[in-house]
Amino acid sequence: MALDTRTDRRPSFTGVLWRSTVGKKTAMAVSGIVMLLYLVVHMMGNLKIFFGAPDFNSYAAWLRTIGEPFLHHEWFLWIARVVLVAAVVTHAVAAYQLSRRDIAARPTKYARPSPGRRPWPRLPQTSSGGTPIAPRLLLRRRASYATRTMRWGGVILGLFIVWHVLDLTTLTVNPRAEAGHPYQNVVATFSTWYGDVIYIVAMLALGLHIRHGFWSAAQTLGANRPGRDRLFKGLANVLAAVLTVGFIAVPVSVMTGVVS
Amino acid sequence: MSSYTHYATGDPVADTKAPGGPVHERWDTRRFEAKLVNPANRRKHTVIVVGTGLAGGAAGATLAEQGYHVEQFCYQDSPRRAHSIAAQGGINAAKNYRNDGDSVHRLFYDTVKGGDFRARESNVHRLAQISVEIIDQCVAQGVPFAREYGGLLDTRSFGGVQVSRTFYARGQTGQQLLLGAYQALSRQIAAGTVRLHARTEMLDLIVVDGRARGIVARDLVTGGISAYFADAVVLASGGYGNVFYLSTNAMNSNATAVWRAHRRGAYFANPCFTQIHPTCIPRTGDHQSKLTLMSESLRNDGRIWVPKAKGDSRPPAAIPEDERDYYLERIYPSFGNLVPRDIASRAAKNVCDEGRGVGPGGQGVYLDFADAIARMGREAVAAKYGNLFDMYARITAEDPYTVPMRIYPAVHYTMGGLWVDYDLQTTIPGLFAVGEANFSDHGANRLGASALMQGLADGYFVLPSTINDYLARHPHRAVDDHVTADHPVVQEVLAETGDRLNLLLAVDGDRTPDSFHREIGELMWEYCGMARTDEGLRKALDRIPQIREEFWRRIKVPGTGEEFNQSLEKANRIVDYLELAELMCLDALHRAESCGGHFRAESQTPDGEAARDDEAFSYAAAWEFTGTGAAPTLHKEDLVFEYVHPTQRSYA
Amino acid sequence: MRLTLRVWRQKNADAPGTMTPYEVDGISPDMSFLEMLDTLNEQLILDGDDPVAFDHDCREGICGACSLVINGDAHGPERTTTCQLHMRSFSDGDTIDIEPWRAAAFPVVKDLVVDRSAFDRIIQSGGYITAPTGSAPEAHATAVPKPAADTAFEHAECIGCGACVAACPNGSAMLFTSAKVVHLNSLPQGAPERETRVLNMVGTMDAEGFGGCTNTGECATACPKGIPLFSIATMNREFVRAARKR
Repeated sequence: MALDTRTDRRPSFTGVLWRSTVGKKTAMAVSGIVMLLYLVVHMMGNLKIFFGAPDFNSYAAWLRTIGEPFLHHEWFLWIARVVLVAAVVTHAVAAYQLSRRDIAARPTKYARPSPGRRPWPRLPQTSSGGTPIAPRLLLRRRASYATRTMRWGGVILGLFIVWHVLDLTTLTVNPRAEAGHPYQNVVATFSTWYGDVIYIVAMLALGLHIRHGFWSAAQTLGANRPGRDRLFKGLANVLAAVLTVGFIAVPVSVMTGVVS
Repeated sequence: MSSYTHYATGDPVADTKAPGGPVHERWDTRRFEAKLVNPANRRKHTVIVVGTGLAGGAAGATLAEQGYHVEQFCYQDSPRRAHSIAAQGGINAAKNYRNDGDSVHRLFYDTVKGGDFRARESNVHRLAQISVEIIDQCVAQGVPFAREYGGLLDTRSFGGVQVSRTFYARGQTGQQLLLGAYQALSRQIAAGTVRLHARTEMLDLIVVDGRARGIVARDLVTGGISAYFADAVVLASGGYGNVFYLSTNAMNSNATAVWRAHRRGAYFANPCFTQIHPTCIPRTGDHQSKLTLMSESLRNDGRIWVPKAKGDSRPPAAIPEDERDYYLERIYPSFGNLVPRDIASRAAKNVCDEGRGVGPGGQGVYLDFADAIARMGREAVAAKYGNLFDMYARITAEDPYTVPMRIYPAVHYTMGGLWVDYDLQTTIPGLFAVGEANFSDHGANRLGASALMQGLADGYFVLPSTINDYLARHPHRAVDDHVTADHPVVQEVLAETGDRLNLLLAVDGDRTPDSFHREIGELMWEYCGMARTDEGLRKALDRIPQIREEFWRRIKVPGTGEEFNQSLEKANRIVDYLELAELMCLDALHRAESCGGHFRAESQTPDGEAARDDEAFSYAAAWEFTGTGAAPTLHKEDLVFEYVHPTQRSYA
Repeated sequence: MRLTLRVWRQKNADAPGTMTPYEVDGISPDMSFLEMLDTLNEQLILDGDDPVAFDHDCREGICGACSLVINGDAHGPERTTTCQLHMRSFSDGDTIDIEPWRAAAFPVVKDLVVDRSAFDRIIQSGGYITAPTGSAPEAHATAVPKPAADTAFEHAECIGCGACVAACPNGSAMLFTSAKVVHLNSLPQGAPERETRVLNMVGTMDAEGFGGCTNTGECATACPKGIPLFSIATMNREFVRAARKR
């Protein structure tokens, strides 16, 4: 009965978090939000492409000088890159570990998957002439497409990030690969059919990922509660739509010749 | 003619544990007189508790908190599923938070009167005293009782009383109280002081040298039959309403634990005292496997009526106000729709027998919320009864907000049970019975919201105090040195249990367990249900041995005993129902008076109310088993009323 | 009504199982789903076959024993327990698939019966308030604001049936665990053990082999008692708070 006087040594805050499924999800939520904030800034920067090559290229150059003279040249960029890589790795490792756990926790599939949302047949009139019961009792909904594609969507986005870095950061696979001329490199990428396909598919996946991910993060961080659910779901939809449209605007503009 | 009716009357049975003196001091006196077990010695004592409902769960948790080692059994997969969970309405307590004139004495008075003067004053007074502590205990455990905006507890009124003393948690009070006890028990399981045996069903009692020393139980998953030993055995296995097949009990609730104890020497008291609950959902056809209760609290705001004309088959809305008979309000103007359960049930049966019943088969009466909705608004009604309305809608596919509910009485609770003294000890030393399994507190009729009160009083407060006395007087001897699986008595009980199951499997007849259960249930409902007659009961007593004989000739139980076998579980329970049913009919036959839930058609007042015969029957009938099919021996415990003087109950 | 049932039959925990077809006839729309299975079992017994094992007890939607996945939905197409599902929700000639709860933490015992004792162990690790009998203060000593009492009640309604785990693609017990955490942590009586409760219960939940939450919401959709998905959010908050505070 010494239950209430436990004296065993307590592990650290991060240790407790990382060891539990709830804590790992917290790590995913926080890293996800870091990446989301970055994406918002990234997209706004991208849109500078519509002001022409000089503006865009000088914006890209300015990124290397942020914080100067306090920070050395490109230090800010490297700090940002380190933070982002940490976020991506945390997000991916946690997702991988949790996914393995989740799959092991449900080893057998059902013979027939849930049919999901469907109309309810009208109930017959009852013997005493009573009205059938309110349909709200009978409603049953199913998780959205976005929710069910988080794992594969995440894998697609991971692969995309690798390609994207190789294409426009290291320029390894860029068709033009001219350092210091990001505008021209971007146009080069989106002048190829495969560049457009990869990018647009990835951005659609990103939209779906954010649509569920943002609300999910609110839920995981415990910010969600009855009065706020609609707000978070709405915000998630707005963020997903704005980011997807904002990012896709670039390849579409290149394809249609608005940007060249 | 059945020879079962030629019973002998043995020596009277006396409650030797109840102290004398003023009724309000008796519990204190008993607690002081009872011997105690040194805290250091408690862990050397093992107590077996069978059942994890309100009484069993509370007893197991509390005994373990006191330091005893507890072996706890339940047939369910988890202790949280015991049928106490289905109690809806509430729990009484004499808190007088409403300042409406309530007191311990009034709760005591109401319960004795409500039980139609067939309960012990000492026990009932103790129950009323403890009621206030129960609420404190449950609130401390986190039971989410309904509260008012000020943050204080809300109460409501319930059938048979004129004060508002019923605490509730929406329509799920039993669930919340049970989860409180389950959580307390879980804490002890984690601490290692309670060892839980889930999916394990007690099949017999081990009595060595005249004392209960253990049980034989079957692991329902593997089929293994084992003996478990203890210094005392507590039965908290609930009531026996499933004898009727259709009842509000859970499908697997059964009488095996108490009946096996009875066969081993524990007297069975007042078996015919069964409660028929007035507000259940009527049955829809022969397929029906159980009946669902709608909380009696619905009678606070709903009005019960039937058409004035016989065979009026118009839909309820088409029957004008002056062609409706609000018969409870008419016959019992002061209590109206809140008369006690037995009276409400019988009145419903009477109007249906007159041909004024509603719904399919004419077996139903309306419970109408139209006035309540007009008065309080739909929202307020939904807040108070929403989950009950939803449940009704789901089962019947009718909307009770717009169409009156249809209700009909159903077997709900059994006031009878193992005879126990003030210490809750049966006639077998070391065997205790708590909750619905004993007979003690409700007399011939139980008031609404009193079952939860009694279960928790027994489990949290009474048994943990009184069992000390027994254990202290029987100093610990290492159980296993004394009684082990090798002991000849244990061997015999184990063998008998195995043989019985093997026999059930060996018959390989042509009728299913359920078909026999239905048959005995219909017989009991017909002849030992809401109204009983000398002739009908004799008919039933002739028929039961025939059914029993047929059972052992035609039962078909598939599978083996060494596996998870639900048909075998069922069949084995029916074996006991087929014996218990006989005792119930005999008890009902011998008690040639009407009282509470026991209504003998021969004994009624000119206006059709139950007529008690205090001269002849002011006693509890405790029956001693003498053999299957053999007439039992009657032992009478005279009931003495010093504080509440028997009067004809009047709710008019 | 005449129906074709495809039922998961598995002799015991170690034996392999399969979906086995059966025909039932004469089913009334007023029957509950379990009464329909009773009908099948009566027929199987008389035919000399092994009847289908399934958990059930109160048959009024409160004990939480019944646990069937019907056509891929835990407790079937309506939002209720299996015992409160009626055959009027199906049509004559339907084929109905009946399976047990599927989760690594709920191994099959036989046919449609699973072992849910993992839930009991979660409660044992902290799902209680330490209040030994006799130690309680007067019930009105602590007023509980009605909103807190209502929140507690809403979460205390959980019947421990496990539909949340069965419906979750990850076999996660978050909704079950959070229901108890939120119930007790919302009340002043539960405050002293607020942190240890959530940490220990989540720890046990993980140790029992339940999956993590991916916020798909399937649990709350399947829950016959309507435990809200916010419950999980609240537990997440409680967990991080507890991990930080200790």
